[in-house]
Amino acid sequence: MDWEAFRVSLKLAGWTAAVLLPLGVVLARTLAFRRFPGKGLVEAAVAAPLVLPPTVLGFYLLTALGGNSALGQAWTRAFGHPLAFSFEGLLAASLIFNLPFAVQPMQRAFEALPPDVRQAAWVSGLSPWRTFWRVELPLAWPGVLSGLALTFAHTMGEFGVVLMVGGSIPGETRTLALSIYDRVQAFDTAAAGAMSAALLAFSVAAIAVVHGLSARVGRRHG
Amino acid sequence: MAEGLEVRLRQAAPIPLDLSFACAPGEVLGVVGPSGAGKTTLLRALAGLYRVGSGRISVGREVWFDGDHGVNLPSHRRRVGLVFQEHALFPHLTALQNVALALGHRPAAERRDAAAGLLARVHLEGLERRKPAELSGGQRQRVAIARALARDPAVLLLDEPFSAVDRRTRTRLHAEIAALRQGLSIPMLLVSHDIEEVARLADRILVLEGGAVVAEGAPEAVLALPHARALLLGDEAA
Repeated sequence: MDWEAFRVSLKLAGWTAAVLLPLGVVLARTLAFRRFPGKGLVEAAVAAPLVLPPTVLGFYLLTALGGNSALGQAWTRAFGHPLAFSFEGLLAASLIFNLPFAVQPMQRAFEALPPDVRQAAWVSGLSPWRTFWRVELPLAWPGVLSGLALTFAHTMGEFGVVLMVGGSIPGETRTLALSIYDRVQAFDTAAAGAMSAALLAFSVAAIAVVHGLSARVGRRHG
Repeated sequence: MAEGLEVRLRQAAPIPLDLSFACAPGEVLGVVGPSGAGKTTLLRALAGLYRVGSGRISVGREVWFDGDHGVNLPSHRRRVGLVFQEHALFPHLTALQNVALALGHRPAAERRDAAAGLLARVHLEGLERRKPAELSGGQRQRVAIARALARDPAVLLLDEPFSAVDRRTRTRLHAEIAALRQGLSIPMLLVSHDIEEVARLADRILVLEGGAVVAEGAPEAVLALPHARALLLGDEAA
């Protein structure tokens, strides 16, 4: 078992989920409740990582974050090290390829709120901000948690994008999935097997959480 | 301190509206008319849930909407109580919490007792801890009425409040509303497609058709008008 890679994966999954929690909720809520020009385009962009081959996504992210890009150069000037092949670069890529996993379940949850319940909150004197905290978020919470569980499990197992952008640097960007690949290449099937079992357990646990929460939503609104 | 409601609304599209009326403090104004006459749009406009092209809505000296001067208070800043057709209770909160949430203008320490008092007023003692899913249709609608009264509204709006309950419950709720209104000195609007219900509860009736007032007056006087009869009873038979 490559504990260092396990730690990198956990750190990446944790940070991705932590950043996507507020970001995903704001984006999901906007897409669920607002109508604006180009909304379809935004939804398509959010969903794109679902269908793009991870290497293609990784290639574009590498181009966008690399030393030749404006962003990459600005990052190097500000922090003294390049964004690509660093943990921060990996996190930036992880945030983008996890957008649909976080946003879509959250968006469905906000869309499922009956419009008159939100309106009832407003006419009960609650400002839109208080309505969000007291009514919308508590009712959409299972969907928000689902999005986070999916994001976490997906990040733990992502391979293609991580390899393209992170480059498998031990302790920095080598995640569990990359370590499994390395171990298989080295014919170390025992280690690969142990790490695969750990990832499998994580994925099953995440799906169990998602299903448990969807059932709860079904009971509440049914 | 009693303040009357004055309404003047006008727009051509998407939902045509061209009406003006007043409702005195303590008066129950029944709003009736066929489907698509603009009844619900009118209530939503009063509650700030729908923006009308032009016109003015005021309660006493408080102006909620003035199209000419760009005034349009959001719902949460209008002192309005709205009872929705399908109760629209907060499903994750108990009956007591549903009512207490609308008491945001009162000090936090008072809210619990005030909410319990309002639930007692609609005869729901002992059911404070139940969530909406654990209440009957009639009980839910009573919680909704208590919640609408909780924010000390300047106007009470009832949007087909009894359409989702059975006939027996409806008759009981009619009696309670009739009793409740005795203690309220605010304008009250009751939208319903049930002309008998409106005739029983309202002091005055407003008949809407195509967004305009086509008849107005005491229930018996309006029901004596051939055009109103055809419109309302024809709609009921349909």
